[in-house]
Amino acid sequence: MTTELSVSLWRGAQNGRYETYRVPQRQSQTVLDVVTFVQRHIDPTLSYRFACRVGVCGSCAMTVNGKPRWTCRTHVAKVASGGKLEIGPLANLPVIKDLATDMQPFFEKWQQAEGAFAPTKTRHDAIAQIRPDTPARKAADAAIECINCGVCYAACDTVRWNADYLGPAALTRAWTLVNDERDGGNIARLQAIAGAGGCHACHSHQSCQELCPQALNPTAAIAGLKRRTAAAYLKGEIKI
Amino acid sequence: MIGRAAKHRDSALWIAAMVHRISGLALAIFLPLHFLALGLALESEARLESFLRWSDQPLVKAAEIALVFLFTVHLLGGLRILVIENFDWRDGQKQLATLAAALSAIVAFAFLVRVF
Amino acid sequence: MNVRLYLWQRATAAVMAPLVVVHIAVIFYATRHGMSAADILSRTRGSIAWAAFYGLFVFAVSIHASIGVRNVLSEWTPLNERRVDAFAVFFGLALAVLGLRAVAAVVLT
Repeated sequence: MTTELSVSLWRGAQNGRYETYRVPQRQSQTVLDVVTFVQRHIDPTLSYRFACRVGVCGSCAMTVNGKPRWTCRTHVAKVASGGKLEIGPLANLPVIKDLATDMQPFFEKWQQAEGAFAPTKTRHDAIAQIRPDTPARKAADAAIECINCGVCYAACDTVRWNADYLGPAALTRAWTLVNDERDGGNIARLQAIAGAGGCHACHSHQSCQELCPQALNPTAAIAGLKRRTAAAYLKGEIKI
Repeated sequence: MIGRAAKHRDSALWIAAMVHRISGLALAIFLPLHFLALGLALESEARLESFLRWSDQPLVKAAEIALVFLFTVHLLGGLRILVIENFDWRDGQKQLATLAAALSAIVAFAFLVRVF
Repeated sequence: MNVRLYLWQRATAAVMAPLVVVHIAVIFYATRHGMSAADILSRTRGSIAWAAFYGLFVFAVSIHASIGVRNVLSEWTPLNERRVDAFAVFFGLALAVLGLRAVAAVVLT
């Protein structure tokens, strides 16, 4: 006799509601398994995203019992207290339908933070010799494994309170480029993250760091950016 | 808003940030009143004295104890932020935040003992 | 918040940290000894040291508190950028004026 989970899923767009489904509980079941079961066996109109199912792509991020997480890496047994689950789309992003959000604002802020590499060499130049053990390279490497899943952005209170705030992921990417000695775009980058909505809006709540599935630390990266922008401002390299 | 209040908001660090913010707001509201009270000395020493005697009552003393707690917790929380922002990353932020709250409570309690 | 406001807020915070510790000590000392207005004023009147200490404190807190309140208003109320800036300036000036007045009240003979 299998036990049943009582699963509330968000249905609709921004103005929607939670609907409850009964899903058989299975051993080693993940939250993604639960959502997939509903779509396959109960309601084929449920919309949700996933890709790899094995915890490397970040596509399946949703809000599970109030926390943004990768649903394929969240075991039901660990989060379903009293056999109940509440699953919604990621917070702080427009809802397209049901559990799928529009990631466009997330990526637009990535661009606004100058999160793109600005090359200084061409294919005709010798390959840059980057030592892996310099402090700058270590700092970049510690922050580089972001796969843009949006969990930190969904967890961040400052993103929720401040529409201009670029967010932890965009700023962490900017930090990796600020520490990349091959990159030539730092003045523009520091300028981009020194105004309203820039790194100084961060209050170090550390929700990003606590919830990042890749164990990254955007709070630390942003603290580093605060120091770099402050130095650049005091030297007159950037202006308000 | 979709979903109930996010669970991660019972994290020690989120609470620390909220305490820091609320204590700052409380102090900001208190400060003009504090300045006005001291400004009574411009009228006369007797005027300030009568205010000080008025503030001897238990309810005011209780408010002062709360203010000492808020003052100390705001200072310690602020120091934690200054350390995060200006020095190399250190783990154990939750422990530091809890320690800040505990120290503030001790200071406020010491003040309570002094006034009551 | 931007880099300029950030620097002013963090700098005044750092300046005030030791001032706050001294002030808490003063609070404890005054309450321990059950000081009256006469006791307090006899120590502060004509004192350049207290004037400098609390004058600096007032200056720093006016900047620090007004920027802090500005951030809270900006994040937690629907007020727009210009209103929030205007309130911050007003609040900072109000604190500075009232604060320097209070310092004068206890220091001037």
